[in-house]
Amino acid sequence: MSNSIIKPQKGISRRSVLQGMGATAGTGLALQAMPGFVRYSQAGTSEPVKIGLQLHRTGIGASYGRWYERVTAAAVKVINDGGGINGRPVEVIIEDDGTDPKRGAEVLEKFATQHKVDVAYGTLFSHVVIGSAPRAGELKMPYVVVSEGHHVASGKLNRYVFQPGITDVRSQVIAMAPWISKNLGKKVTMIFPDFAFGHDHRDYFSEAIKAQGGEVAGLIAIPPTESSFTRYLPQISSSTEVLYHVMVGPAVLTFVKELGQFFGSTRPQIFGFIDSLEAVDLATPQLEFLEGTYFWEGNPRYAQKDQTEYDKFYREMVGVDANGASASDPKDISTYSHMFGCWESLFAIKQAMEASGYEGQTPKDKQGFIEAMEAIQKFDEGREHPQGDKIFNGKNHQCYGHQNISKVTGGRLELVHRTAIEDGLYEVSADYTKMSL
Amino acid sequence: MDLGPFLLLATLEGLLQAAVLTLTALGLSLVFGVMRIVNVAHGEFYMLGAVIAWWTASLLSSNPAAGFFLALVISPLLVGAIAYACERLILKRLEYDPEATIVATIGMLYVIQQTVLIAYGPDARPVEAPFFFRVQFPWFGYSGYNLFVIAAAIALLGICWYILTKTRLGLIMRATQFDRETAQAFGIPVGKVYGYVFAAGAMLAAIAAVLIVPIRQAHYLMGLDPLLLSFIVVIIGGLGSLRGTVIAALIIGLSDGVISVFFSPTLAKMISTLLVALVLVFKPEGLFGARAR
Repeated sequence: MSNSIIKPQKGISRRSVLQGMGATAGTGLALQAMPGFVRYSQAGTSEPVKIGLQLHRTGIGASYGRWYERVTAAAVKVINDGGGINGRPVEVIIEDDGTDPKRGAEVLEKFATQHKVDVAYGTLFSHVVIGSAPRAGELKMPYVVVSEGHHVASGKLNRYVFQPGITDVRSQVIAMAPWISKNLGKKVTMIFPDFAFGHDHRDYFSEAIKAQGGEVAGLIAIPPTESSFTRYLPQISSSTEVLYHVMVGPAVLTFVKELGQFFGSTRPQIFGFIDSLEAVDLATPQLEFLEGTYFWEGNPRYAQKDQTEYDKFYREMVGVDANGASASDPKDISTYSHMFGCWESLFAIKQAMEASGYEGQTPKDKQGFIEAMEAIQKFDEGREHPQGDKIFNGKNHQCYGHQNISKVTGGRLELVHRTAIEDGLYEVSADYTKMSL
Repeated sequence: MDLGPFLLLATLEGLLQAAVLTLTALGLSLVFGVMRIVNVAHGEFYMLGAVIAWWTASLLSSNPAAGFFLALVISPLLVGAIAYACERLILKRLEYDPEATIVATIGMLYVIQQTVLIAYGPDARPVEAPFFFRVQFPWFGYSGYNLFVIAAAIALLGICWYILTKTRLGLIMRATQFDRETAQAFGIPVGKVYGYVFAAGAMLAAIAAVLIVPIRQAHYLMGLDPLLLSFIVVIIGGLGSLRGTVIAALIIGLSDGVISVFFSPTLAKMISTLLVALVLVFKPEGLFGARAR
């Protein structure tokens, strides 16, 4: 599928004209008092800031892609209604990466040469990020990813790649390991996809649970294209106290169903990453067995009792109801746990561009943008960051935030524990700032 | 888990795999046997069967059983009609030239896959099983629906065998396969038979897909695996030999189940590919295939 564009609202051109007139008439001051109407007048140019969205529109990441696109459109609308970035409207150009690393790199190239975007952003699956990142470095194209793997934070990529919108797997698992070992058990069998993202779970959770005095009773790696899982389940040893699962892709529903068939009511404690159930309705038949199991959620899918006004605003803007489904189609379940990363990344791009006074695509502006992003130390909870406050480490280009543990209760995910930011911190060894620009 | 239960689960998984594989591979084998066409688009007919099953079942979502059984009728019929149209519009015009038909079916593969992507979308969607109960063994639970699929596949194979060996329709097909010119001389409308056989091959794939879709899900990329496995089965069994197809599907399905459970699914795939290589080297016509005349 070819590219499509999220353009600034029509009203913007009219506004720009009005603003031009206003400026000539010397009414700038009066206009500045009216938010959303004025700020474009400050711009040196009214050319839009072009952001290239590398999107899993097809392939095994498609259900995430569908929602990443909607969230991006919603965030761009909020940004443009608020006056754009540095007075310039934002335009998003979308290219499908097919959830394929090779195509991911080609998409970045297309952004640079054909669409001439200011920043590339978007993708989720770690193999696509890892496949695309070297090309971003070569093209000197800032590349803001909404992935989860530890690849950015580890220092494996390059100075042009940032992950300001969502925490990395290593941070997620070390934040939750103490809770798991204290509340569910110490002997853990892990089921994870057999590629980069899954390996991060394997390595860092194993390490974290051992640090809690626990042990890993079994490691079950499953190829990401697998469509049947029962054959793997006998590997779960009977001494397992906690079954830890994290699966991705189109077969996730099959995975959870087969898990239920295999265990029935005689199951160990189960702790899953919501990745195993993203975009899947909890009310699907045969998922009743999940009742009483626990999930990690980046952002709680169901509106909680103490829902913040920011979550309310964000939910409304992206068109998601209190159950995490599309407001227009209750069967269309969102990828609520991850997609906030798109929203927050766009606001992080805005923040860095505004801090550096980003004007155009000169090397100096891009350098300024990267240094400004690296200088960010924290994001406050708010409309721009509805998932919660975060700290940002300019050295390894990674943010750190809160994790949520929810329990399936009455067919809903109810929040039972929210970790502190400190719980997910680890010693950072990577330093991208030492790399040349 | 002890060896016994382990083996039981492996056998059940293997039988399920074999059941679906036999139906799919039988379709591929039938088309090759009668028409001498290597149908590379076979996996896409399978996928189409699953997607149409989702569509039919979602029309009757209030009653999963009715939706499923309606899909079991409608999906093969629609897929058969599409395959028939493809045969009449494309393969017939190529006069069944072996190289041209391979390229044409590769083209069909992409056209069908991309059309489904545009019309149905890239998501994996579930079809509810017509019924669901767990069979609780002392060591693990197993889905009752999976057992139903195994039984249904055996019944369907019986019907296929009966049609091919005991009916006039089967006789006509076998005559066409045996000698096209002579069959024509005896008044058999060979062109029509080809059209129907191609449709029947696709319908078998569609039936297999409808049976499996409540266990897996309907997804536009799901055709690749069954295509590869079907090729493995028909090469080992002998192209065009129905008996060989069934036996090879059982061997591949069961060994896949057992090796996957005891060792790893990747090893199972490696061993079946190795088996293909060995068969091609030592008995190129397949275990039960007739030597080319």
